[in-house]
Amino acid sequence: MIVDGSEGSLKQFLRTLPPVDQVGAEGRAAMLATRSIKTTSKNWAIDLAIRMVDLTTLEGADTPGKVRALCAKAVRPDPSDPTVPSVGAICVYNDMVKIARTELDNNGGQNIPVAAVSTAFPSGRASMEVKIRDTKDALENGAAEIDMVIDRGAFLSGRLGEVFDEIKAIKEVCGERAHLKVILETGELVTLDNVRKASYLAMLAGADFIKTSTGKVAPAATAPVVLVMLEAVRDYYKETGIRIGVKPAGGIRTTKDAMKQLVLVNETAGPEWLTPSLFRIGASALLNDLLMQRMKMRDGYYASPNYVTLD
Amino acid sequence: MNERQVSKFEYAPAPESTSIVNIKSEYGLFINGKFIAPKAGKRFVTINPATEEVLSKVAYADLADVNLAVNAARSAFTKTWSKMPPAERGKYLFRIARILQERAREFAVLETLDNGKPIRESRDTDIPLAAAHFFYHAGWADKLSHAGMGANPKPIGVVGQIIPWNFPLLMLAWKIAPALATGNTVVLKPAETTPLTALLFAEVCQQAGLPAGVVNIITGDGVTGSHLVNHPGIDKIAFTGSTGVGKAIARAIADTNKSATLELGGKAANIVFEDAAIDEAVEGIVNGIFFNQGHVCCAGSRLLVQENVQDEVIEKLKRRMSLIRIGNPLDKNTDLGAINSAAQLARIREISDSGDLEGAERWSPECELPKAGFWYPPTIFTGVSQSHRIARDEIFGPVLSVLTFRTPQEAIEKANNTPYGLSAGVWSDKGSRILWTAQRLRAGVIWTNTFNKFDATSPFGGYKESGWGREGGRHGLAGYLKAGN
Repeated sequence: MIVDGSEGSLKQFLRTLPPVDQVGAEGRAAMLATRSIKTTSKNWAIDLAIRMVDLTTLEGADTPGKVRALCAKAVRPDPSDPTVPSVGAICVYNDMVKIARTELDNNGGQNIPVAAVSTAFPSGRASMEVKIRDTKDALENGAAEIDMVIDRGAFLSGRLGEVFDEIKAIKEVCGERAHLKVILETGELVTLDNVRKASYLAMLAGADFIKTSTGKVAPAATAPVVLVMLEAVRDYYKETGIRIGVKPAGGIRTTKDAMKQLVLVNETAGPEWLTPSLFRIGASALLNDLLMQRMKMRDGYYASPNYVTLD
Repeated sequence: MNERQVSKFEYAPAPESTSIVNIKSEYGLFINGKFIAPKAGKRFVTINPATEEVLSKVAYADLADVNLAVNAARSAFTKTWSKMPPAERGKYLFRIARILQERAREFAVLETLDNGKPIRESRDTDIPLAAAHFFYHAGWADKLSHAGMGANPKPIGVVGQIIPWNFPLLMLAWKIAPALATGNTVVLKPAETTPLTALLFAEVCQQAGLPAGVVNIITGDGVTGSHLVNHPGIDKIAFTGSTGVGKAIARAIADTNKSATLELGGKAANIVFEDAAIDEAVEGIVNGIFFNQGHVCCAGSRLLVQENVQDEVIEKLKRRMSLIRIGNPLDKNTDLGAINSAAQLARIREISDSGDLEGAERWSPECELPKAGFWYPPTIFTGVSQSHRIARDEIFGPVLSVLTFRTPQEAIEKANNTPYGLSAGVWSDKGSRILWTAQRLRAGVIWTNTFNKFDATSPFGGYKESGWGREGGRHGLAGYLKAGN
């Protein structure tokens, strides 16, 4: 699976990938959604899902106060129950990275990484120079994970070399300092064939994670899309021995949604991917629903929503 | 890369509750709108094949009982059903369809208990399709002048129907819905090992207020079936089952006025071309042969895979097979349930063992089979050639024979080289290749980039020794009508 990064070699390689049959992929995803997760397996999966959450705020209205509150929540999602694990990461815009890092460090969240959305998120419509500067800025402020967007315009017009080069350049900026998550924005790529091709393109260019969406475009992390991406990392591992992570983001709001994601992982990429270092869920509202369900499993009844903290 | 400790996502048991079904300790025969004791008082047990526990005792119908049932059907045909305005007949069918939907969970649980199939399949496939079949045919009842049988087609009369154990309620629906819509009355015999949903359906007939004698359900074995076939009061036989029994029925009615529709065996080729969507094709292969434990007449039991993608397909297929969850059929996460009977298990073993003897290579994923009940692991044989018995005989179990081909022409020749011709599958991303292939396959149903999909509007039936006639769709009506002027 060696490509030299030239336009020609990429095109040639991506053409060798088997096509995706959309009806079949949707059927498989729908079948897996019927799995019934109860009792002990649900307890286990809820805690795993909490550890996989990239707790996210990506709003124009974000303030230092909002970000600090989110950090406190990330460290101790349920202040009344110390057995609840911390989340996987905090995900914010670049200018909030430093605030988040400091807040986490001062409040027992030293092990929680801060992920920054860089490269002119969410559209990616900026010059390469700006994108590199954007990424460096995030790293300098303490980001340990970079969530970059690909240039969907370049991908859709067939300039695959450009997409590849951008990912490669950002990966070089990240170096050993940060994990690189590559956002495909599958809602703009539209077809599952494109999702498969973009997944391979990102993996070949050096992505540590492939991520579905920015959360700003619908549809986002649909089950068939995540299925195809999980197949891609599974097959890539078989060819190269390297395990790439997957991060669905956008539209995963309930415990039930999260359980479906974990079933998809379990029966597609395999149980090796059921760890926060290889599977993350980009979400904000999801965490509270996980906490509510966790209380329900523990106490046997649903508590008032007021027992779960806002942000 | 360091191998981490991998924690497994074990799905805890998620069994469907059986409290919704009320299985009686014994059942009579449903004749003339009532449950009556068999004349000779004989009964036999029906068991849960997943546990071997006895579920109930059902009546054994002998000749005297068959006489009663046929007479009841004749009387209902002459006096009531054939004279009823067609729209009125349709109302009864709509009512039955709605009751099936309302009682769907009860039917699904009972089907799984008596048959051994996973609750996911009885819940999501068998029962919804059975209801859909009644809805579809309810709509036909007053539109038969458009059935292609002339302006005023007539019902045939009293129909004897014999159904198999693989899809008990669904096969009942395939038989009873078109017969009733077209104005016939029926005597139906469910399979010996799976009578319970048919008897529950008899209760539905009562609940729907269906006139007495229009549907009669008699339980028994092959002897009961032959009494029905040979009964002079029967105008037509509709049978689904093995090709051997189908031939016997054809012989038995040869010098009578009886007509027949026969849905018989199959050994379907599932053809995977090099340009197929491989991941989805693998899903289709799994669905084709492991759906309903492979107890499917149209199962894709012969995989024909293009030689240059064989390794990739087989590797992915094995990986996917190792994810199949085998066990308690009532568990909502079970993918593969129990084999329906000890006799069928013996047959699967016998034919599969011939694959070992003839030199094919057997593979099954590691899996623990329950101690009680009848179980067979999902199995594939690679290195199979056309002359092997496992490539020719219908196994009717979760056993797939893998053959290869080099060119599309060779795929067609191998696919058609069988006495059967019920179904086939084609996997390719190329439209022209799909059409080229489908035109040349001699099979009644051809699925492209999918498998085992059924719909009441689509005719189902076979070429060659896979049967006579079609069921479902407009074509299926022809088997229950005489051309009118």
